[in-house]
Amino acid sequence: MRKLFFAGMIACIAFTACQSTSTTLPIIGQRDAVQKEIDGKIVTDTIYHRIPAFSFLNQDSVLISDKNFDQKIYVANFFFTHCPSICPTMQRNLLKAYEKYKNDERISFLSHSIDFKYDQPHVLKEYATNLGVNNEQWQFVTGSKAAIYSLADQYFVYTKEDSTVAGGYDHSGYLVLVDHDKHIRGAYDGTNKEQVSQLLKDIDILLKEYE
Amino acid sequence: MNNRYTIILTSIGVLIMLLLHISSCQSNVSIQTAQYAVNGQKLYLSHCQNCHGSKGEGLAQLYPPLTDNEYFKQNRAKLSCIIRYGMKESIIIHGKTYKNQMPANPQLTELDIAYILTYITTNFGTSDSIYRHEEVKEALKACGI
Ligand code: HEC
Repeated sequence: MRKLFFAGMIACIAFTACQSTSTTLPIIGQRDAVQKEIDGKIVTDTIYHRIPAFSFLNQDSVLISDKNFDQKIYVANFFFTHCPSICPTMQRNLLKAYEKYKNDERISFLSHSIDFKYDQPHVLKEYATNLGVNNEQWQFVTGSKAAIYSLADQYFVYTKEDSTVAGGYDHSGYLVLVDHDKHIRGAYDGTNKEQVSQLLKDIDILLKEYE
Repeated sequence: MNNRYTIILTSIGVLIMLLLHISSCQSNVSIQTAQYAVNGQKLYLSHCQNCHGSKGEGLAQLYPPLTDNEYFKQNRAKLSCIIRYGMKESIIIHGKTYKNQMPANPQLTELDIAYILTYITTNFGTSDSIYRHEEVKEALKACGI
């Protein structure tokens, strides 16, 4: 009886161990096959969707770019400071992730304002401070409408200036998880509890890839 | 056991029973309050919870908590005005200063406001009294906006 119990336990451990090592997150977005010549041979390579280069002003009026996120994974989203609808919930949830990984240099957070008129760096600074963000690990950025809105498309986040919705801007509340190669590895509804806890789990899975 | 102790113990017992009885009677009186609060909870969920949180806990220094009984008591009439017209002055809640902006809610009726205020003051605050439709109506007349 006792032997059986131990055998069962070992099987359980083996099983869960296997499960956690074999899980990797998918790469999201369209992929293209390209033919390349390597050492005289034609090979087919897969090109995955990547977040393109960008540069924006942050809450300290410093120009930051995609380079600031090299060798890191990061979570990106789109919001605006006086947004009355989904943003407070989305930011409340992202704050949980920020606090969990605070001072962990392997991960950053990046919030893009879609209110290019009002959310100047000093407005973003006050917002960040009030939210309790006091280091560079969470960046709040502003840029031209064209730059921010077209980058949102690259993250597959819907954004639109729309005077008929509360606050004047319509957008979706996704938290987008990005890896070292700027590939999107997950997108989570930032207003949904279950999806946000999935994000926290997936962050750990993604961090393991770089151990 | 000594006879005196038995008497003391029974009288304490009776006292407790009496207190329990009184408090259960009190909650019978407030069935209407409970009904208001239930209606208020639904409205809170769709109009307020994103900023003020599911337990009225607020969010950091951005959105104040709705748990400051002292503030509620001192501003009983003003609360109706805050909901209908929003707010953008600097306020102190639980000793912390907030100076963000709360949007107006022109779509909420007087009765809606009575429901919501009953909900937040009895659930997040410790009040046990109802906000009646009439009270909200009077309060809104005096907002000065
Ligand atoms: C967009 C975010 C937002 C929404 C939605 C919102 N509030 Fe507020 N609320 C605030 C802010 C910000 C303040 C502080 C305003 C200030 O500092 O002048 C505030 C202040 C208050 C206060 C007074 C201060 C306190 O903590 O007691 C009450 C009461 C209140 N809100 C109730 C509500 C109710 C009820 C609703 C739903 C009908 C609601 N709020 C919706 C952001 C919001």
